[in-house]
Amino acid sequence: MSAPTKLPRWAELALLPLLNLGFALLLSGVIVRLLGESPWAALKLMVAGSVGTQEGIGYTLYYATNFIFTGLAVAVAYHAGLFNIGAEGQAYVGGLGVGLVALWLGDAPRFVVLPLAILAGAGFGAAWAFLPAWLQAKRGSHIVITTIMFNFIASALMTYLLVNVLIKPGQQSPETREFGAHAFMPAAHDLLARAGLTFAATPLNFAFVLALAAAVLVWIFVWHTRWGYALRVAGENAAAAVYAGIAPPRSIMGSMLLSGALAGSLGLNELLGSQHRILIDFTGGAGFVGIAVSLMGRNHPVGIIFSSVLFGALYQGGSQLSFDMPKINRDMVVVIQGLVILFCGAMENVFRAPLTAVFARFGRSKTGL
Amino acid sequence: METYTLIVLLLAATIRVATPLVLAALAGMFSERAGVIDLGLEGKMLGAAFAAGAVSAISGSAWLGLLAAIATAVFFALVIGYACITHRGNQVVAGMAITIMVVGLGPTLALAWFNLGGQTPQLDGPGQRFVGLAWPWAQSAREVPFPGLVYAELLSGHSLIVYFAAALVPLSAWVLYRTRFGLRLRAVGENPHAVDTAGISVNGLRYRAVIISGVLCGVAGASLSTAASSGFVRDMTAGKGYLALAALIFGKWKPWPTLGACLLFAFTDALAVRLQGVALPLVGVIPVQFILALPYVLTVLLLAGFVGKAVAPHAIGVPYAKEK
Repeated sequence: MSAPTKLPRWAELALLPLLNLGFALLLSGVIVRLLGESPWAALKLMVAGSVGTQEGIGYTLYYATNFIFTGLAVAVAYHAGLFNIGAEGQAYVGGLGVGLVALWLGDAPRFVVLPLAILAGAGFGAAWAFLPAWLQAKRGSHIVITTIMFNFIASALMTYLLVNVLIKPGQQSPETREFGAHAFMPAAHDLLARAGLTFAATPLNFAFVLALAAAVLVWIFVWHTRWGYALRVAGENAAAAVYAGIAPPRSIMGSMLLSGALAGSLGLNELLGSQHRILIDFTGGAGFVGIAVSLMGRNHPVGIIFSSVLFGALYQGGSQLSFDMPKINRDMVVVIQGLVILFCGAMENVFRAPLTAVFARFGRSKTGL
Repeated sequence: METYTLIVLLLAATIRVATPLVLAALAGMFSERAGVIDLGLEGKMLGAAFAAGAVSAISGSAWLGLLAAIATAVFFALVIGYACITHRGNQVVAGMAITIMVVGLGPTLALAWFNLGGQTPQLDGPGQRFVGLAWPWAQSAREVPFPGLVYAELLSGHSLIVYFAAALVPLSAWVLYRTRFGLRLRAVGENPHAVDTAGISVNGLRYRAVIISGVLCGVAGASLSTAASSGFVRDMTAGKGYLALAALIFGKWKPWPTLGACLLFAFTDALAVRLQGVALPLVGVIPVQFILALPYVLTVLLLAGFVGKAVAPHAIGVPYAKEK
């Protein structure tokens, strides 16, 4: 066998992910065809529904906000060599923290409530990541399994709290009373109106800006601080890290707590920005979309923002699709999500070898002349 | 007398709940003992449940449904195998991907084919389901509380798949510990290089392991949609694949202890249903969510080494590279 040559940087960072994504979308198109609808028409509907109108754009970015938070959460853990499947549970419990502050201080001034809600979301999310992190760092319990278990435990805990403790008295469905108005995250159309711009009323809110800020902070932390460096070294090679004076258990703890804090911030968008109460399953699988988003974005904040917007468009376009194509509903979006994870995550090596061969031949013929 | 009847009925419910768990956990055991993490259990089972429900509804035969279920689950197992064994992809990611995809695919196909809002038609025709098999004299035995009731409720009256699952435990133990294939399977999960050195194909063995896992997940899925209930509904596995994975870990990747873990988890599930809103002496009403979360809490405690120690197969999750 010939020695594998490395791909050029642009091919590694852009071409290969796009190729993988392309195959995932191609296969999705084949499924749509099998369902008896035209993939081309479906694509046009989805694009029109997600970015064709102000309303579509608002919803797309609103969904993307959730995915940026959970995608960053998965990525930060990934750089420390950890696969955090628990973003879903951490987001759920983090939302409890956000919601409790909002219920408690909903009538206090905004500049008091919102910072406290941000801290509570991050704190509760990090707390829910603490035990799996500690068990991985100190006792070697596999974090994939423990975070899965913690997702189920979080779900049971939240159902219990909402059904028995936090439920609004005299109500059937398990949800809390509405937050005080000061705990609402400022809506994008209100903020833009203040600047003299008109924008359609959508759930898009200030949390989108917070998510972008979180992406910048993650970028600075992971690539431009000593702690981020230590975390990446420990993730690449724990043994080498020890020789360099880095304690892997500490990176594990640090990255997982940060990961949980990021996931826990989902409530800022979903609860403070849109639902204005805590309700069952408000995370809606965003923790798992975070895995897809992080894998597709190559675990880099810039890539994560791009892929979050793409997934936001998929979610928004998908609901548009279910209106216009009776044979397709929003579950199709979940299929696409699964295919993206499959091709961008598990099968990323499948196209690497042929692509490398193409580049090797191309390169040789050029130098051979 | 009342308590006795209640306990027997509780145990009967335990057996019914445990069946798909046992099948899925043993499926995971074959895969993981060969060194391939099986996070796709949930997805393969759900896909199989859909296939069984759909094909049984169309063809009118539960057996054809079972065949379709097995074919579907094996197909997904092969996709995971192709990604993770042939191309050395990340096994955790592959399992998650299959599961997420199937969660969406089942209702999507069901909607397109049957137009019933994401589920398959109700199976009520003759032969469309695996129904309970009444053993001889079960009906009259019911009148004799002991051992008649035990005979009628615990031994008799289950579907064929329940008995298959029960037989599978000793069979798996025999295959794993008493056959050459089992020895090689365990070896490839512990030290694939040694197996390779002995001139045996690591990838071949691992493919056979994931195919076995696919077959058993297929049966588990069929049991959900064509035995335990009558038709496929959205998310009908409801985390049973992950619960089976927890049982597998709790059973330390060994057949008999895994059966024990499955029965324990199924018992907590059956108990949770019974205890809903019932006040117990001393403790009062136990919230049903606490009982439902118990298997996961126990598994975390076990993984933490607080109750025994679970040691995974040594080479689990590590793709095998020949050149290294």
